[in-house]
Amino acid sequence: MSWVKNTLSSSVGRKFAMALSALFLMIFLLQHFTINISSVMSEEVFNNWSHFMGTNPIVQFALQPILIFGVIYHFVMGFVLEAQNRSARDVKYAMNKGGANSSWFSRNMIWSGLVILAFLGLHFYDFWVPEMVYKYVEFKPEDPNRYYEELVHKFEDPLRVGFYSVSFVLLSMHLLHGFQSAFQSVGARNSKYTPIIKKLGNIYAIAIPAGFVFIALYHHFTSH
Amino acid sequence: MTKLDSKIPQGPIADKWTKHKNEIRLVNPANKRSIDVIVVGTGLAGGSASATLAELGYNVKAFCYQDSPRRAHSIAAQGGINAAKNYQGDGDSVYRLFYDTVKGGDYRSREANVYRLAEVSTNIIDQCVAQGVPFARDYGGLLDNRSFGGVQVSRTFYAKGQTGQQLLLGCYSAMSRQIGKGKIKMYNRHEMMDLVVVEGKARGIIARNLITGEIERHSAHAVVIASGGYGNVFFLSTNAMGSNTSAAWKVHKKGAFFANPCFTQIHPTCIPQHGEQQSKLTLMSESLRNDGRIWVPKKKEDAQAVREGKLHPTKIAEEDRDYYLERRYPSFGNLVPRDVASRAAKERCDEGYGVGTNESGEAVFLDFDAAIMRYGQEEANVKGYHDASDTQIRILGEKVIEKKYGNLFQMYEKITADNPYKTPMKIYPAVHYTMGGVWVDYNLMTTIPGCYAIGEANFSEHGANRLGASALMQGLADGYFVLPYTIGDYLSDDIRTGAIPTDSPEFDQAEKDVKDRIDFFLNNKGQHSVDYYHKRLGKIMWNKVGMARNEKGLKEAIAEIKALREGFWKDVRVTGDAYSMNQELEKAGRVADFLELGELFARDALERNESCGGHFREEYQTEEGEAVRDDKGFTFVSAWEYKGEPSDAVLHKEDLVYENIELKTRSYK
Amino acid sequence: MSASKALNLTLKVWRQKNQEDKGKMDTYQVSDISPDSSFLEMMDILNEQLIEEGTEPVAFDHDCREGICGSCSMYINGEAHGPGRSITTCQLHMREFKDGDTIFIEPWRAKAFPVIKDLVVDRTAFDKIMAAGGFVSVNTSGNTQDANAIPIEKSHADQAFDAASCIGCGACVASCKNASAMLFVSAKVSQLALLPQGQVEAKERVKNMVKVMDEEGFGNCSNTGACEVECPKGISIENIARMNREYLSASLKTEDA
Repeated sequence: MSWVKNTLSSSVGRKFAMALSALFLMIFLLQHFTINISSVMSEEVFNNWSHFMGTNPIVQFALQPILIFGVIYHFVMGFVLEAQNRSARDVKYAMNKGGANSSWFSRNMIWSGLVILAFLGLHFYDFWVPEMVYKYVEFKPEDPNRYYEELVHKFEDPLRVGFYSVSFVLLSMHLLHGFQSAFQSVGARNSKYTPIIKKLGNIYAIAIPAGFVFIALYHHFTSH
Repeated sequence: MTKLDSKIPQGPIADKWTKHKNEIRLVNPANKRSIDVIVVGTGLAGGSASATLAELGYNVKAFCYQDSPRRAHSIAAQGGINAAKNYQGDGDSVYRLFYDTVKGGDYRSREANVYRLAEVSTNIIDQCVAQGVPFARDYGGLLDNRSFGGVQVSRTFYAKGQTGQQLLLGCYSAMSRQIGKGKIKMYNRHEMMDLVVVEGKARGIIARNLITGEIERHSAHAVVIASGGYGNVFFLSTNAMGSNTSAAWKVHKKGAFFANPCFTQIHPTCIPQHGEQQSKLTLMSESLRNDGRIWVPKKKEDAQAVREGKLHPTKIAEEDRDYYLERRYPSFGNLVPRDVASRAAKERCDEGYGVGTNESGEAVFLDFDAAIMRYGQEEANVKGYHDASDTQIRILGEKVIEKKYGNLFQMYEKITADNPYKTPMKIYPAVHYTMGGVWVDYNLMTTIPGCYAIGEANFSEHGANRLGASALMQGLADGYFVLPYTIGDYLSDDIRTGAIPTDSPEFDQAEKDVKDRIDFFLNNKGQHSVDYYHKRLGKIMWNKVGMARNEKGLKEAIAEIKALREGFWKDVRVTGDAYSMNQELEKAGRVADFLELGELFARDALERNESCGGHFREEYQTEEGEAVRDDKGFTFVSAWEYKGEPSDAVLHKEDLVYENIELKTRSYK
Repeated sequence: MSASKALNLTLKVWRQKNQEDKGKMDTYQVSDISPDSSFLEMMDILNEQLIEEGTEPVAFDHDCREGICGSCSMYINGEAHGPGRSITTCQLHMREFKDGDTIFIEPWRAKAFPVIKDLVVDRTAFDKIMAAGGFVSVNTSGNTQDANAIPIEKSHADQAFDAASCIGCGACVASCKNASAMLFVSAKVSQLALLPQGQVEAKERVKNMVKVMDEEGFGNCSNTGACEVECPKGISIENIARMNREYLSASLKTEDA
């Protein structure tokens, strides 16, 4: 298996792995969004899906660890790449016009990424940690109808909703570059399909975060 | 008195090269490993020679002044490369390519060499395709050809307007492979400062590391000079800024004869000078003359108004235009050979009809308007627009022109900020290529044993005028297919010699001379920069040794160059120090050599009392101003032996014998 | 040729004596520059002026001055080869600037391209990448098969040509926020991978070239696309995607050396 190690230690291989984790996370995000948006439509559907995800052993003990690994991998690799990239230019330009040739999003993935990381910290603190404590530390009995209440409760605090919304704007920026970049890194580019991929990417990058923000605002304003 | 032996093999011309290859001595592979060869210059000739010699097993040390071999000026060649493949089935053959090249060179080249060139031309194309050179192809996937330079067949292979680049990158790839294997030791940013001759044989060079300023000794069993031409003696030329004659001139000073220095090609379609701040001239492919009409105003006052920017050329009525090439050469018109077109432009501008913005008004129009309307009408007919307006026809025509010459038009617009679809282009001839160079025999060896010269650096197969698309062919032929064979014959004596020591008195002396000269420059503390002298030299050369020459002007030029050279040595200022990168010091050494070459150039032009190819003596022309060759008196190569000052140089003549081609007058009427 | 007014300019130029020197930006004034001059001709005038003052002129790489040799390498006003697209510095003309402008002139900045002096950088890293595999391993005897023996689909030939038009100037590295050499390397990998002559050893080639590229200290590709915008020859990042494909498939299919 030394070829795996060799491949992943090359610049092209690292970017490939980065892109694979990104594609995986984007699929996860889509799934997460689908469940969340159901909370706007029907409390019951939301509770049913959440209950399934929260208790199904495959989800809990197979997919969840993969997801956690994917998240951590994506961040750690992001930092490694950033450190390498910074060291590749030891003296900076006195005058540099990055905007002349590339988008702000593409040049600042590390910053949008860091904001998302901070958000994830909060998100874990808000949902995932209590959930883990609930299930695996305190071993409380499962209540299939608690998820909706918990969700609505979290969106009462305007500060949290504000930070939540800002984070999703940054996620949107991250995705605006990241979506098509992931395809480029795995070599999926073709004059016929790439324009479509780019369009889909833009739709995804705007619609999904906007949807999450909508959900937050919806519950914030309708929960009383 | 002459020591010249061209070593042309006996026998029928078509068999000479094969017979020669069969008869010359070889070096066995094991022995090649103990033989070193130095190659100076990494253009098409030097690059291909380095790669092939390394592949054969020799230890090659390659030198270039650029930061990478890939940047040699061969890269700038646009048009194409000739080869007698006859892929188009239009009757081409090795003999025809040979014949066209000899005739194009105005019968001043060596038959046997030219025939060999035509013979190996086909291998070049096979070789380049095999190494991944992306030549233009047709829709069937086969190689495309175009016709070039007025010959009657389509034998030119091309890669858009970047043929030289693609061929050079092919060489560079082949070199890279050998560099990776360690068979070529590449010395980038190194300049050859002198040749070291030990016991009458070329045994090494002194080189300056252009980054550290270090003076280095490099020894070898043979030295190959592939340093290109000397067009920059004119200061303004289409050559690269760094192109220089120094390597060739240094071997000349160590005993190699210098042949036909006055044979220089002045290319008719270049972008004119914009003014005194100009540093170099840009060539545009001569394919433009296939569709453009060349003219100047008929009235001097119109020409002056154009020069002053008061009159737009499109406002000049048809009857007030002088299409002078069509007028003078009704059968060839705008497609006369390069030398003829260039001289005609100069004649009009000298008479005061030039339309350029520089002091002397040097420019003529190259007008595509007629072609745009002609093609536009054709398109309209094809598309069935029977009542198309002029505007519609023009739009259709511009599209056709864009397809054919789009990249050239774009380049022109980038440089001049003029739109050539709307305003006629302005063009003027510029120095482009030098047919003269170091004299070599059939084996490409100079008059110094073990010192070879290939590519534009030698006096080559182009005679007095080079045809389009044959420079690339010659460079690659010499480097890939000729030198690697012929050098073995010489090196077979060296299989037991062992490494050449670099601590001999000859190396000591050569290194001391180089260091003394550098010290002189840096301590001279004169008044003027190197460029000051280079520009003055260029002006003398252009005005008196340029497109048209006469005895009086040449004598003046000789005196003026001599005086300028003396002034240079007295009063040149070179800043910086010896042991670091110092671009002024580099230039100083090169210009010092140009100042000597320039004088010999003028002397050679003065000695050659005839007009042939690129060499036009005003005394030797017909009443209509056409060149008059003197085959009785001048069917020879002038080979100059160095004796100190250029004025002391001794002329040796190599008679040119034409057994296969009958000498004829070129006529384009 | 426009006859507009001559320009007076303030130049901020990077000066650095040698590789060890720290270097700094110096300020110079030039006047009476013709708008028809090229940027390098303006630099010539500055240098003449400096020589007259007895100062060492600014060292900069340049050679063909017609946009093909790839020598010139200035970072002008924050962009490789200055403002304007599909041009090298020698093809940048002073008419792009206004009277009274201040112009920043810096060398390419990349750890893999150390500054030698002033604006001159060492790009031999590119040569090393080429020596690792930027060739077809065919000998130069000329005794290969006939050039027309293998027809090549025109679209492939054209794409290979587009990739091959790279001039190796390094603007891609200079413009990339990560100083990545992916565009340069992928152009060569693509050219040879698109032609049947190069396909035979395509897998070894891409692996070897990427390996040396990484060793030379270039950054990773972030797909910002800055390189293709600044590339004087307009080489597309489609080549980078192709190289990614080639590399990944080579990794999966070949033994490790």
